[in-house]
Amino acid sequence: MNGQPTRVTRSPERSLLELLRFELNLVGTKYGCGEGECGACTVLIDGNPMRSCQVHTSELDGVHVVTVEGLATGGSLNPVQRAFVELGAFQCGFCTPGMVVRATALLRRNPHPSESEVREELEGNVCRCCGYARILSAVLRASEFGARTPPGDG
Amino acid sequence: MTLARPRRPWDRTPAGEREYFDLLGEGLVVLLPPRQPSDSNAGGWSPPTGGAWIHLGSDGKVRAFTGKVEVGQGTRTALALVVAEELRVSLRQVDLVMGDTDLCPWDMGTFGSRSMADAAPALRSVAAGAREALLDRAAARRTAERERLEAMEGTVRVRGETQGVPYGELVRNLRELVTVGPAVPVTPPQAWQQAGRPAVDPNAEEVVTGRRTYTSDVRRPGMLYGAVLHAPLYGARLSRVDLSSVEKRAGVHLVHDGEFVGVAASSPREAHAALGEVRAEWEATPQPGEPEIEQYLRTHPSTWDDWDTDENRTGDPEAALAAAAVTVEQTYRTAYIAHSPLETRSAVAEWEGSRLTVWVGTQTPFRAREHVAQALEIPLEDVRVIAPYTGSGFGGKHGGDVALAAARLARAAGRPVALDFSREEEFRYGYARPSALIDVKVGAEKDGRLTAWVFHNVNAGAAALLSPYPVPNQKVDNELSASPIPQGSYRALAAPANNFARESAIDEVAARLGIDPLLVRERNLEDARLLEVLHRAADKAGWAGRTRQPGRGYGLAVGLEKGGRVATIAEVTVASDRSLRVDRLVLAYECGAIVHPENLRSQIEGAAVMALGGALFEAVHFEGGRILNPRFSMYRVPRFSDLPRVEVLMVDRKDLPSAGAGETPMIAVAPALANAIFDATGIRLRSLPLLSEGKVPTTESSSGR
Repeated sequence: MNGQPTRVTRSPERSLLELLRFELNLVGTKYGCGEGECGACTVLIDGNPMRSCQVHTSELDGVHVVTVEGLATGGSLNPVQRAFVELGAFQCGFCTPGMVVRATALLRRNPHPSESEVREELEGNVCRCCGYARILSAVLRASEFGARTPPGDG
Repeated sequence: MTLARPRRPWDRTPAGEREYFDLLGEGLVVLLPPRQPSDSNAGGWSPPTGGAWIHLGSDGKVRAFTGKVEVGQGTRTALALVVAEELRVSLRQVDLVMGDTDLCPWDMGTFGSRSMADAAPALRSVAAGAREALLDRAAARRTAERERLEAMEGTVRVRGETQGVPYGELVRNLRELVTVGPAVPVTPPQAWQQAGRPAVDPNAEEVVTGRRTYTSDVRRPGMLYGAVLHAPLYGARLSRVDLSSVEKRAGVHLVHDGEFVGVAASSPREAHAALGEVRAEWEATPQPGEPEIEQYLRTHPSTWDDWDTDENRTGDPEAALAAAAVTVEQTYRTAYIAHSPLETRSAVAEWEGSRLTVWVGTQTPFRAREHVAQALEIPLEDVRVIAPYTGSGFGGKHGGDVALAAARLARAAGRPVALDFSREEEFRYGYARPSALIDVKVGAEKDGRLTAWVFHNVNAGAAALLSPYPVPNQKVDNELSASPIPQGSYRALAAPANNFARESAIDEVAARLGIDPLLVRERNLEDARLLEVLHRAADKAGWAGRTRQPGRGYGLAVGLEKGGRVATIAEVTVASDRSLRVDRLVLAYECGAIVHPENLRSQIEGAAVMALGGALFEAVHFEGGRILNPRFSMYRVPRFSDLPRVEVLMVDRKDLPSAGAGETPMIAVAPALANAIFDATGIRLRSLPLLSEGKVPTTESSSGR
């Protein structure tokens, strides 16, 4: 978990989101819908963005999980985080962890996405406040910084 | 995060008895007593405001207190900028304490775009008062003439010198309380150094790193998680309940008090499992479904909550209609829509003896305190409500039902209890923006001058009811109705509905007369500020030079509400399969002197897209008191693929007081889109949402719901 070996009790009922929020106190990952429709709970599992509300803890064995808390390393923000701050790409910020995690994965796979590729990638992430335009700009800005893989995300 | 608790809430304690210095440290406190606002710029609706206070510590830290809350609208930074500006300190030195009923001045709530209109002037006064008090102290201490001193960069210095005395030093060993009135001299917007200029939110890093504590992230030692029983159908009453199997479950705390049944357990999953074993029988009240809603609303007048009705009459509208060269008589409709804040309702309650603290995602912490105290029959002074950062509200988080439920559970469990609504609960047991019917009759001369205006709304509400078009003969009124699902406030209240009807009707007059929609508005509007945003938007959109192409259309609408003026122009394409693409939205907005330009721009962009959802496709479906689409997979909200090109123009009027911006930018989007669809297809859509199954309906009767 965020680079740390973590021992947890696995259960076919409990979701990764519940594990994060109610047992490991990693509350940066948000609950928005519980049905994989809003993207607020997105984390990286072995580098791939996954909705943690749809992942059962029984599926977690020997995997690398990175949450929003694990993106900034050594005290410095990753390029996506930096761009979100610079462009003010949120209002309430509740969708931001999911947006930032998913955009980080996108830029690692595709360092210079087109505008339509960013839109397509983030289609499953709901923002109710800011109207999306700033998020789009921030991800494109981050791609100009050169997104690097944060250490520890497998 | 949470400051220590005073003996009694400060709003219920005489100013001289508040433990400002025991809790916050030595220094200077400046306070502005509560008052009634006299701001006529606000559009007629003025709740009382609770004043403000500010503490300046010997560590140089500034703490400003306001009863407003931050739900994502950016008020925290905008208000901190106002304080930083008057006190001549950096934004980072200012800590705003918001929405804590023990420490903050009483406030009615964060709604109605009142933060900039009420809270900003109050904070400006106390910050300016603090600056003047510091100058006084420096003058006394330095024995320099006061006129030669200035406050600058957190110091008081002699004009022309670079070194000054830091504020912290000036208030060392001080415990002084200064009271100011609203007349304390403040910096005119033309002279602002920080406000009105680009500013980065000093708290942004905690958002992108996941460190910000939202209501649902509050964790207390020994905390349990709750779940509560809801009536399965709106209006149903609990007739019988069997709790025997829940009572047997180990580790589950159960509360049954009248209609309230709830449990607390070690995890949300365990709490919901326990609740699932409750056997309840309900007595349902018949409720109409969607096909009957229009008839129902028209025949079930009601008063509800504290919503206003209004009635206005000038001239002789009936005679003017009879004499008009052209008339338009139509009914416009809006569906119920859901706020869908990304964070659902959430509260954490904790008792210490007889005293209660509740962290709750609410726009009205002081009302929530009253609600909780009354329901639990405990003194108001024993209840502390804290509204932490909240994952948006949009008018959907008024009140304190979850706070009360959490408090009941925590009292029974003897431990702190968190209660978080699921998304489905949020849809079902929150409330929706009301479904409304608006009957409009307009009469006009051949040149487009309006002569008669009769406007009657059923169940939308009174916001933006009055027309910005000064028609000589008018009858304007509204009534409220009972509702088959919970209904309530929503961002901009009734303004989007009333403005949709009004701006659609004006467009229908223009079409009947074959006059350019821009020209009809120019012929009738007199408000120079509204005309300015209209012309700015038209220039930006290239209105005059627009060309006619098959399937493409342009629509225009204006709105005036809560002191803000907006013009919106929509550009759309309707394909041969009747699918709609919104190519562009141009919004010009003016709300007086701009305090935080980037936040204002963000508010306008966000309002445009939120309004687009309600205009095109959002609708709560219901039948027999049950909401049929209570999930994001069933209730469509705008997503990235819906994002049009949004172009925002902001008119900065430093000569006018700042009005709010959270609401008014949304109110002209729906009519601009409807008018653009008419321009593209010749089909006039009079019901929100405009689309049906994602397509432009072929006839009005098949539209919307």
